[in-house]
Amino acid sequence: MPTESISAMIEEVRAGGLTARAAVTAAVNAAERLNDPLNAFLQIDRDGAVQRAAAIDENKSTTQPLRGVPIAVKDNLCVIGMQTSCGSKILGDYQAPYNATVIERLIQAGAIIIGKTNCDEFAMGSSNENSAFGPVKNPWDVTRVPGGSSGGSAAAVAAGIVPAALGSDTGGSVRQPASLCGVVGLKPTYGRNSRYGLVAFASSLDQVGIFTRSVGDAAMVLSVIAGRDQLDATTADVPVPNYTTDLTKEVKGLRLGFPRRLFGAGLDSEVRVAVESAMDAYRELGVEIVDVELPHAKYAIAVYYIIATAEASSNLARFDGVRYGFRAEEANELRSMYRRTRDEGFGPEVKRRIMLGTYVLSAGYYEAYYHKAQQVRTLLREDFRKAFESCDAIITPTAPTPAFAIGEKTDDPLAMYLNDIYTVTANLAGVPGMSVPCGLSAEGLPIGLQLLGPYWSEPTLFQLGDAYERARPFTVRPPIHA
Amino acid sequence: MPINESDIEKIAQLAHLEITPEELQIFAPQITDIVAYVEQLNEIDTHGVAPALGGLTPAGEATDSTRPDEVRPSLGQRTALAEAPDAKAGHFRVPKILN
Repeated sequence: MPTESISAMIEEVRAGGLTARAAVTAAVNAAERLNDPLNAFLQIDRDGAVQRAAAIDENKSTTQPLRGVPIAVKDNLCVIGMQTSCGSKILGDYQAPYNATVIERLIQAGAIIIGKTNCDEFAMGSSNENSAFGPVKNPWDVTRVPGGSSGGSAAAVAAGIVPAALGSDTGGSVRQPASLCGVVGLKPTYGRNSRYGLVAFASSLDQVGIFTRSVGDAAMVLSVIAGRDQLDATTADVPVPNYTTDLTKEVKGLRLGFPRRLFGAGLDSEVRVAVESAMDAYRELGVEIVDVELPHAKYAIAVYYIIATAEASSNLARFDGVRYGFRAEEANELRSMYRRTRDEGFGPEVKRRIMLGTYVLSAGYYEAYYHKAQQVRTLLREDFRKAFESCDAIITPTAPTPAFAIGEKTDDPLAMYLNDIYTVTANLAGVPGMSVPCGLSAEGLPIGLQLLGPYWSEPTLFQLGDAYERARPFTVRPPIHA
Repeated sequence: MPINESDIEKIAQLAHLEITPEELQIFAPQITDIVAYVEQLNEIDTHGVAPALGGLTPAGEATDSTRPDEVRPSLGQRTALAEAPDAKAGHFRVPKILN
C-alpha cells in the first residue's frame, strides 16, 4: 500500500526503512490497478518512474526535500518523456520537448513523476466529463463526478495512489475537485508559481495548484515549486518562505471573515451546516469570526465567463494543425485545414468557450462585455481589499454541493458553470485559496471548506488549515482506495 | 440579446471553427443563455471605474521582468519540428494558401 503522507514517507526513506524504488513501485501498482474504475491517469510511466527512483536510492548524500516522493501531474503540464494531451484529441500523444518549471523544481527536489492525470479538455470544466478520454470517476462513488477540471489529480490523491499531485486552477479547477474528493487543494496567489510549461487557458487567471492529503504536505510542496522564474514574466519577486515553519503556530486571535450573503440561495443545506460547524471549531480555537461583505461576488461567474473565454479564444488559436498535434487530413486548402482540424480536434465545451470568447471580443461587443467585465473585476478586487482590512482570511464553502452524478449537468453548461460560484472570485482577484475537507454528507460524500486570504498570505491559510485539521481530523477513506 | 444560428456561423468563421448543422442547433440556444446570464453585469454602475488590466498583484506589477538580451541555446530546428504533422526540409508544410 502506498504511503499517504509526504512527511511520513520522507522520514521512512531517510531512515532507510523505505526505498524510493519501493515507494514509487507501490504508487505505480496502485495507479495501474485502480485505473479501471477511476480513469484517473492518461499515462503511467512505470519504467521511467522506477528507474528514476532507483537512481535516487543510489545517491545517498542528498538532502532533497521531496526525496523519492511519487507525484502525479495533470496532463496540461509539460514533462519531458511523457505525453501532454490536455485531455484533448487535438494534442493527443503530443510529447513536450521541455519540462514545466514547476516540474523541473519537483525533480530537483527528488520527487518522482509517475504519470499524467486525466482532466477536462484544456482545463475547461467542473466535472471532468469534458475529457476526450472519458470522465474520471469519484473514488467515493464511481457514479459521481470527481469535480474538475483537475479531477484525475484529485482522484489519484483521494484514492491513496500518490501523496501529492499537481493541477491547474483557473476558476476553481484545483479547489473544487479537492472538495468533491475529500482532499486538500491549494491555489496560490497569482504570480506565486511559474506557469512556464503549463498549457495556457486564461492567462490572467491560471495558476498551478497542489493536491495533498494534509495541509502540511501542501506547504511542503509549495515550498519547493514557488518563486520567481525568468521564463514566466508574471511570477513576482516575493521571497518564498519555508511554508512548513509556522504551520502549527497558534491561531488564537486570528480573525476569520464570514460573508453571510454567500451562504444563501443555491447552497446545499448539508454543505452549509458542515461549513458553519467548521466555524464553530474555529471559535473554539480562539479564532474570531467577523462579518464581511463581498458585494460583487454574486457577479463573479458572469465576469469570469467573459474574461476566461476571451483569453481562451486567443490562447487556443495556436492549435491549428501546423506545428504540433492533430491535423485533419482531407483539407486541401489552408483555411479549411484550420477549420476542420479545430472542428475535429476540439470537443463541444472548448468550442463553446472559444466562440463565446470570440463573440465578447468582436467588434461592436467588446465594450459591452469585455471592458465591462474588467471594470467589475476591479470592483471585486476592491471588495477583497476592503474585506481583508477587518480579517486575516475569509471562510466559504468550496462548492455549493457535494459530488453530483455523472451526466447530471452535461446538457446545461450554465448550471455546470455555477459550480464555480465560490472559487472563481479568488482567480479574478488574484488571491490565494485553499479547500480543506470538513465532513461527509448523509450519502457519504466529502464536503470542503474554502479559506481565502490576502495576496501572499499562504502561511496564514496553512496555519488556519492545519489548526482545523488537528481540531477535526478527517480520517475517513473512500471505498476505492489503494 | 438572442443569438441566432447565423450569428453562431459568423462567430465560428472568426474563430476558425467549422460547425456542423447539428452543432449550430445546440450551440445557438446555449450561447444565448450564457450571454443573457452575463448581461446581468449591466445592473452595475461602472461609470469611472478603471478596468483591470490583467491578473498581476501589486508586487507582481513591481517585479522587473526584463533580462539582458543575450543569445542562448534554444530547442533547435529538429526538436521544434519533431511534433509537426507535416514537416519537410526543415519547414512546416501546409496545404496551398492561394488558389
